[in-house]
Amino acid sequence: MSLTHLTIAESVDKLTKGEITSAELTEAHVRAIEDARALNAFIVETPELAMDQARAVDARRGKGERGVLEGVPLAIKDLFCTKGVQTTAGSKILEGFIPHYESTVTANLWRDGAVMLGKVNLDEFAMGSSNMTSAFGPVESPWRRHGDNRPLVPGGSSGGSAAAVAARLAPGATGTDTGGSIRQPAAFCGIVGIKPTYGRCSRWGTIAFASSLDQAGAFARTVEDSAIMLGSMAGYDKQDSTSIDLPVPDYRAATRRSVKGLRIGIPKEYRVDNMPSEIDKLWRDGEQWFRDAGAEIVEISLPHTKYALATYYIVAPAECSSNLARYDGVRYGLRVPGKDLTEQYEATRAQGFGAEVKRRILIGTYLLSAGYFDAYYIKAQKVRALIAKDFSDAFRSCDLILTPTAPSAAFALGEKSDDPIAMYLNDVFTVPASLAGLPGISVPAGLDSGGLPLGLQLIGKPFDEETVFAGAAALEKAAAFTAMPQIMAA
Amino acid sequence: MSLDAAAVARIARLARIRLTDDEKTNLAAELSQVMAWVDELQSVDTEGVEPMTSVVGAKLKTRPDEVTLNVTRDDVLANAPEATAGFFTVPKVVE
Repeated sequence: MSLTHLTIAESVDKLTKGEITSAELTEAHVRAIEDARALNAFIVETPELAMDQARAVDARRGKGERGVLEGVPLAIKDLFCTKGVQTTAGSKILEGFIPHYESTVTANLWRDGAVMLGKVNLDEFAMGSSNMTSAFGPVESPWRRHGDNRPLVPGGSSGGSAAAVAARLAPGATGTDTGGSIRQPAAFCGIVGIKPTYGRCSRWGTIAFASSLDQAGAFARTVEDSAIMLGSMAGYDKQDSTSIDLPVPDYRAATRRSVKGLRIGIPKEYRVDNMPSEIDKLWRDGEQWFRDAGAEIVEISLPHTKYALATYYIVAPAECSSNLARYDGVRYGLRVPGKDLTEQYEATRAQGFGAEVKRRILIGTYLLSAGYFDAYYIKAQKVRALIAKDFSDAFRSCDLILTPTAPSAAFALGEKSDDPIAMYLNDVFTVPASLAGLPGISVPAGLDSGGLPLGLQLIGKPFDEETVFAGAAALEKAAAFTAMPQIMAA
Repeated sequence: MSLDAAAVARIARLARIRLTDDEKTNLAAELSQVMAWVDELQSVDTEGVEPMTSVVGAKLKTRPDEVTLNVTRDDVLANAPEATAGFFTVPKVVE
């Protein structure tokens, strides 16, 4: 089998047995990345660094304990600060920024022996659902509709991560999810994407968008691989006051747990109007797969679901306007001169930020301005409390919640981009769990009539990623998704 | 809630983002649309509900007030667009 088609688990196994070297595995991916530049998945490729890391792993083989990702090459979303390697958040305002420190999540991966292939593209500051807003150009999905060669979006904001893993440019990639930015691109690209509970992964060194929602997670081609990655990334970090001091369970072992006797909740409010029949059917297939595996299907109610998107589009822009105030052209990044300091700020931010980022900063600035703060931000945080309570009430009668991941399959580059609200609707099934801080996973479960992947989402109780992984593994087994994208490394 | 170009100009000034007149006009329409949409929250009964401040209800940990950063001044200045004599530089602020 080609080295670029190995899963993380298979790679670790072969590396441990000495059947392959990390240098061979890494070089195969470096070549694949060079050959797939048309996808625009990477902002920065780091082949020399990757090969150095790989050779170092090979040299210490047999000496001491092996990390869980020893020798495995990964792609890193360009929102994680990487020491000595340009980190842009997909924005012109950070072009050329070279962090002098490493994010905790990536430091954990390197601690466990992983190798960095490069920094992957994303929507600017992770604000988007299509990867169209990146200052470094859109990423193309490696998938094509039957009989239609138009490029499709990979989803967003972690579109480069999802495209790279689907196209076999990396067996795994990091992502971040604020309102669906891991789960939706995973669904669009036919791979697995896990967003853990808020607080499970440290946010230290991850460029902030909306701090009460941002959470790191993992992309991979199997549930087991995503569990291996998350197990490495997660953990308490004293440098992030919102990271939670709990032991990280053995997620990989959890993927082998039975789902027999689990209660799977189906939220009736998620049967939205105009849901494509294929997605509705896939959702019902998912219910049946769980019944067949011995789980029980229960209807649940999440009555405040319909307010989730509006709540999100108050909370996220408000936090964004506050977080992005730091880009002032003084300490790092772009500076556009002006005749005084205010003009310099205004010119720098006008030129440095793209249209969607400006839109969200302006909405947030307005919502937080005098006279509106209580009416909008505090109101939204109250509705958010009700949304979170819906979930805790529902989890009294179920162990997991099953929903579609997104309301459609991937769309073409440029579609939906002129209507911000149509774009925001992509996240209708992922945003509620984000607001409540709950873990969620997207598992590839079928194809639409155009041959494009569709995902199913499982939402779990706080810090119960183990049950999420057990359920996801059951879905994966039953769905037996084997379709592959049209554009893929050999 | 409807916003006109003048309102957008005021917000843009607060956010320190320079906008062209065309951008102000377009953003007035877009922001009005988004604001009309988020206004639906006003219909939700939140009487007696505490605003959510922490998603997991965790208490913030405290730590001793000690300097823990291990970066140098030059590390911090390395990414500055302009730095002189160990300081960030900006256009003259005080006459």
